[in-house]
Amino acid sequence: MHIDLRTVSIKPLRQTYDHVARRIGGDKPASRYQEGTFDLQATHNFHYRPTWDPQHEIFDPSRSAIRMADWYAFKDPRQFYYGAYALARAKQQDTAEGNFDFVEDRGLADDLPAALRDTVLKLLVPLRHVAWGSNMNNAAICAYGYGTAFTQPCVYQAMDQLGIAQYLTRIGLLLGDVAVLDEAKAAWMDDEAWQGLRRYVEDSFVLKDPFELYVAQNVVLDGLLYPLVYETVIDGVLAARGGTAVAMLTRFMTDWFGETRKWVDATLKTAAAESVGNQALLQKWIAHWRDRAAGALLPVARIALDEDAEAVLADTLQQFDARLAKAGVAL
Amino acid sequence: MDMQVAKKKLGLKEKYQVMTRGLDWEPSYQKKEDIYPYASYEGIKIHDWDKWEDPFRLTMDAYWKYQAEKERKLYAIIDAYAQNNGHLNVTDARYINTVKLFLTGVSPLEYMAHRGFAHAGRAFPGAGPRVACLMQSLDEIRHAQTQIHALSNFNKHYNGLHDFRHMHDRVWYLSVPKSFFDDAVTAGPFEFMVAIGFSFEYVLTNLLFVPFVSGAAYNGDMGTMTFGFSAQSDEARHMTLGLEVIKFILEQDPDNLPIVQRWIDKWTWRGYRVLTLVAMMMDYMLPKRTMSWKEAWEVYFEENGGALFKDLARYGITMPKCAETIALEKDHLSHQAWGTFYNYGAAAAFHTWVPEKEEMDWLAAKYPESFDKYYRPRLEFWREQAAKGKRFYNKTLPMLCQTCQIPMLFTEPGDPSKICYREVDYQGSKYHFCSDHCKAIFEHEPEKYVQSWLPVHQIYQGNCFPEGTDPTAEGFDPLAAVLQYYHLEFGRDNLDFEGSEDQKNFDLWRGQATKNG
Repeated sequence: MHIDLRTVSIKPLRQTYDHVARRIGGDKPASRYQEGTFDLQATHNFHYRPTWDPQHEIFDPSRSAIRMADWYAFKDPRQFYYGAYALARAKQQDTAEGNFDFVEDRGLADDLPAALRDTVLKLLVPLRHVAWGSNMNNAAICAYGYGTAFTQPCVYQAMDQLGIAQYLTRIGLLLGDVAVLDEAKAAWMDDEAWQGLRRYVEDSFVLKDPFELYVAQNVVLDGLLYPLVYETVIDGVLAARGGTAVAMLTRFMTDWFGETRKWVDATLKTAAAESVGNQALLQKWIAHWRDRAAGALLPVARIALDEDAEAVLADTLQQFDARLAKAGVAL
Repeated sequence: MDMQVAKKKLGLKEKYQVMTRGLDWEPSYQKKEDIYPYASYEGIKIHDWDKWEDPFRLTMDAYWKYQAEKERKLYAIIDAYAQNNGHLNVTDARYINTVKLFLTGVSPLEYMAHRGFAHAGRAFPGAGPRVACLMQSLDEIRHAQTQIHALSNFNKHYNGLHDFRHMHDRVWYLSVPKSFFDDAVTAGPFEFMVAIGFSFEYVLTNLLFVPFVSGAAYNGDMGTMTFGFSAQSDEARHMTLGLEVIKFILEQDPDNLPIVQRWIDKWTWRGYRVLTLVAMMMDYMLPKRTMSWKEAWEVYFEENGGALFKDLARYGITMPKCAETIALEKDHLSHQAWGTFYNYGAAAAFHTWVPEKEEMDWLAAKYPESFDKYYRPRLEFWREQAAKGKRFYNKTLPMLCQTCQIPMLFTEPGDPSKICYREVDYQGSKYHFCSDHCKAIFEHEPEKYVQSWLPVHQIYQGNCFPEGTDPTAEGFDPLAAVLQYYHLEFGRDNLDFEGSEDQKNFDLWRGQATKNG
């Protein structure tokens, strides 16, 4: 049965803000993502040049070599504005909390085979520094990129990566204690296995083009690291060796990558579809950083995979290439 | 059987440290000065970033959990408020003009704060402050968006809000808040933190954010009130960050003191000048007033701020000198500002009016030294003129201050009968200022402030007409062309409240909601 509750109905003068209406093809109801994103960043009549970068305006598309007729062509398929973002992450952290509790309450960490626990600590704990690097890089893209549609998701990404670094820290503290954090940091600083990756991350810190930084960090490094470490090594190889509990503890990362890659793909696709010039530039950047990342990840993969590492990494690279081809950047 | 070795337990502080600064490392493949290129040019000396005391300890999982809970509640109320036509419960339709001022003038600054804190959150070589700044960056986009979302329903029903982003970058009086924030983000990261984190968030927030939110609460605007209250716990974090920044910088090196003192002096004055808009909002635009501007200044700056500066005295920080000038202006500020907007009511995206008699009596009681003597006669004259069909609209353009960009409307400190003018010759040009303080700010960094995009200069240079306008065409109306450039709809967004579409619609709709047809 239909219940007809009555409210006083008055006819509004307009449905949304004009700048939003201009972008959605007229005055019609707009989503919260649209109202919370379109044209939020200032574009005109800046008063002063940054004293820290006098070559550019405060917000300046020429900080990147990528050219867009309209930087609001970028769309986040997740439609994340702050509220939607916070709700999505709160749900995931609730699951993560449940998983940590489950593993802790049943003493599952203590039941892990010693060799496996050792492998997990050696592989995962240094990755907290990699996530921290991504936090810094996404802060930079958010600060120096152009247009809210492009920069807004980067602050979410930055804080997600801080969250991931904190989950990895908790895994270290759960499977070991504070000493394993120090050992992992020592490995990150000095062990041969980690130096390629650390060099990659430090080199990314000095990139000036926010879009190249996006490619080096969000497209390439995370695009290879997450499938390799979380999907293949943790959820596949180590789970089969009795490490299912570890897969529970990294569920946040697996789900997170499955979600964020859709946004990364959409961003890449939009930039590449804009022009042949963009496409060529993206190909060049991706080819360069992909080779460096592959070289850096091989010794890391060996920590868990030994002689299988090369084959597994080759698989990961192949899947990565296929994914990028779909997004419009064939290598 | 294996003996379990007892795990070393971490205290809360240590735990937060391994969750944040423990993630950082000393780079060796790239030089630190290349990774943090903006950290030294301001002359601030930091010897040990580890001395940073985290002002709050919130890991991301807890952050997401708390914030999501707040968002759920906030949007439930925003939705209910819209569905119930809550806008018809405000005291009277004049109130809505404060909302217009807020959305066009303040919400875009929340967004700028988001980007500015992202910059600071990348620029500092210390991991502790970077994390705190990034969390604030994330909060600030929340504030921008919750304001835009909460006020969206006002935009659906009233004029003046419809193109707030476009207006913020162009309209003459909005260049006051815009240039304030542009000034802060174009400064180095340390100055940005003193400007926004300390001077604005800590010292002046009770005079900006709070009057709007309290005004909303007093005037039945539950939507605005709710986002204000929801932002409160974020603001508490931002305030502790602002204070920690100051203490940290000052404790690091005695050479930092004169730099920080100059920044505090500058940003207290810059912030105060922006508050001119708030002063007139409190005294003239709220149908039900919370307190006068003068009372607010006395409570929140002279008393609370006084205690703060006493506390900072151990670092050598003194009360900004401009406080003396501000004290001399507090009887006049809101009246002079409202008088100016009444004059330029044809070029503003909100309505202006002459206060009613009871309201003038309230003003006289709050401002016994000044209102009846200087300001009531002028308002009464304007009311008489309007009654005769001669509502006064000023069509000439005012001279603007090169620093704060406010029209030169302020009077000499201590002499309300004389407009205050100051000028400086710099590289063959003359620059004009509203006060000694704005002049001093210019003189310290003239190369920065000569860049100011001054709306009046820009209009006279022909830069504020729609593309394709021919100013030499016969019958060219410059004001009409400027309003088109602003996207300001003549006769709907501007002019007197009396006779406005807002006034008519509100009365009509309220009638529909409260009476039988």
